Amino acid sequence: MSAPDVADLHHRVRLRVPRAGFALDVDLALPARGITVLFGASGSGKTTVLRCVAGLERAQEGLVQIGDEVWQDETRGIFLPTWRRPLGYVFQEASLFEHLDVQANLQFGLKRTRVHGAAQTLSAAIALLGIEKLLPRQPAQLSGGERQRVAIARALTTQPRLLLLDEPLAALDAARKQEILPWLERLRDELHTPMLYVTHSADELVRLADHVVLLDQGRVVSAGPSAQTLSSLSHPVLQGEDVGAVLAAHIAEHDSRWHLCRARFDGGSLWMRDSGLPVGQAVRLRVLARDVSVLSQAPRDTSIQNHLPCTIDEIVPDQHPSQLLVQCRVGGSVLLARVTARALHSLGLRAGDAAWLQLKSVALLR
Amino acid sequence: MQAIRLTLQLATATTLLLLLLATPLAWWLASTRSRWRAPVSALVTLPLVLPPTVLGFYLLVLMGPDGAVGRLTTALGWGTLNFSFTGLLIGSLIFSLPFAVQPIQHAFEAIGPRPMEVAATLRARPLDAFFSVALPLARPGLLTAAILSFAHTVGEFGVVLMIGGNIPGQTRVVSMQIYSHVEAGEFTQAHVLSAGMVVLSFGVLLALALMKRRVGRVMP
Repeated sequence: MSAPDVADLHHRVRLRVPRAGFALDVDLALPARGITVLFGASGSGKTTVLRCVAGLERAQEGLVQIGDEVWQDETRGIFLPTWRRPLGYVFQEASLFEHLDVQANLQFGLKRTRVHGAAQTLSAAIALLGIEKLLPRQPAQLSGGERQRVAIARALTTQPRLLLLDEPLAALDAARKQEILPWLERLRDELHTPMLYVTHSADELVRLADHVVLLDQGRVVSAGPSAQTLSSLSHPVLQGEDVGAVLAAHIAEHDSRWHLCRARFDGGSLWMRDSGLPVGQAVRLRVLARDVSVLSQAPRDTSIQNHLPCTIDEIVPDQHPSQLLVQCRVGGSVLLARVTARALHSLGLRAGDAAWLQLKSVALLR
Repeated sequence: MQAIRLTLQLATATTLLLLLLATPLAWWLASTRSRWRAPVSALVTLPLVLPPTVLGFYLLVLMGPDGAVGRLTTALGWGTLNFSFTGLLIGSLIFSLPFAVQPIQHAFEAIGPRPMEVAATLRARPLDAFFSVALPLARPGLLTAAILSFAHTVGEFGVVLMIGGNIPGQTRVVSMQIYSHVEAGEFTQAHVLSAGMVVLSFGVLLALALMKRRVGRVMP
């Protein structure tokens, strides 16, 4: 991990918690904007980090500094109880108060926070998560997805300085997950509240993360902006079929005749199915390594639409000995390709060589 | 009539006081990690297994002129509490304590720590969270505690026999009155009172059960 840039990084979390089997020992510098995803297998200590930040657990050695506020500093004996920390917390399972209807659930935190524009905050949270129609209902009458949307809105009503989300989708089935993800993306794009998001789902990581912290056995293995972290070969965050790159891009052009749109990223642009997003809209593109092939020269006469000139940065063995992972630089971006070792050998390509990438498929994420 | 009124007074007072006493005690038992938890829990449950006469006997000795409590109350100018309504009330409270504590404790345990954590993340102080979250969620447990305390006090005999005696208007509750009638061979009066007890008790239990079902429907 390189030294954090002080101007850009506003939150500091340093914790040491002895646990059965291993010690949680992390030192995180988190950006003051966007979603930071804490990613790792079950039992890697992700949730403990979140609970310590919230003050629900007390780390023996700990420093939690959010902007200019110190929530915990054991060297100075400072430990704010949870209720005095201006945070929002979304728990894994439905955590709505069962004795209150949705409206009263939303007002619970609002009543206890002295903030300006409480009414606007409430209506903004309701609108942001699209729960107007649910207000008079009891929690028992809501679906799992609706409950989590209400829980997220409730966490926002207190105008938190930091929103903590502990696997908010883990208890939902695949269809419900897909129902909530767009709301979370909207949160990321429209709110100025930084979020710390715990998950072990590659899908959520790729779609939501601006910044990634990879945890293993209580330690930070890798941390950084998501485009950089996800395409790193030294500390692979994603495994198997999920290996791939994520590119920040924006919609540059529509081709209405063929129902396509072009998205530009740092280093080139790619054509994909038009999903109706306006020109200029910021998007992220996910390119799986298995959908990328490497050519020694520019291709001709192929049905594949997307080709990019690149420089090969690094070649590493993949999980199966027959395959290699190739990290390629395209302008200011990095793409990964999974290729057969024999093919690369017969093309005679090595690190440092110029080559072409052929992309069979690109997924557009918001 | 006097005996019935006295019984209802005793049961009502016992129930209300027990809810006040048992709720914090149950909360402590449900949430503490103190090493005193087990001994306190055992002590609270003790009246459940002891014969009422044992309990009554100790209370009689304790509250008597030579007992610790008796000396204190005498010094305070209240006289001894044995054979008085207050003494009877104290006996009932101790006797029915486990019937109030256990349902409330189970209710708190079933709620778990999560709702209190959620309340804290929504800026509720611990006491605020207790009253606005834990207590409303534990309502079914509180109702069960009320039903059991009331019913148990109405049906109490052994403790009353030991420390209450049989003073009309003061300590002669229905169960004692029935006993006296039977002793005196007045079977008709005993029949009337006994049937009255059955009907009354059934009515109270039914009302509370209906109330509980309504509460339970709001909170599954």
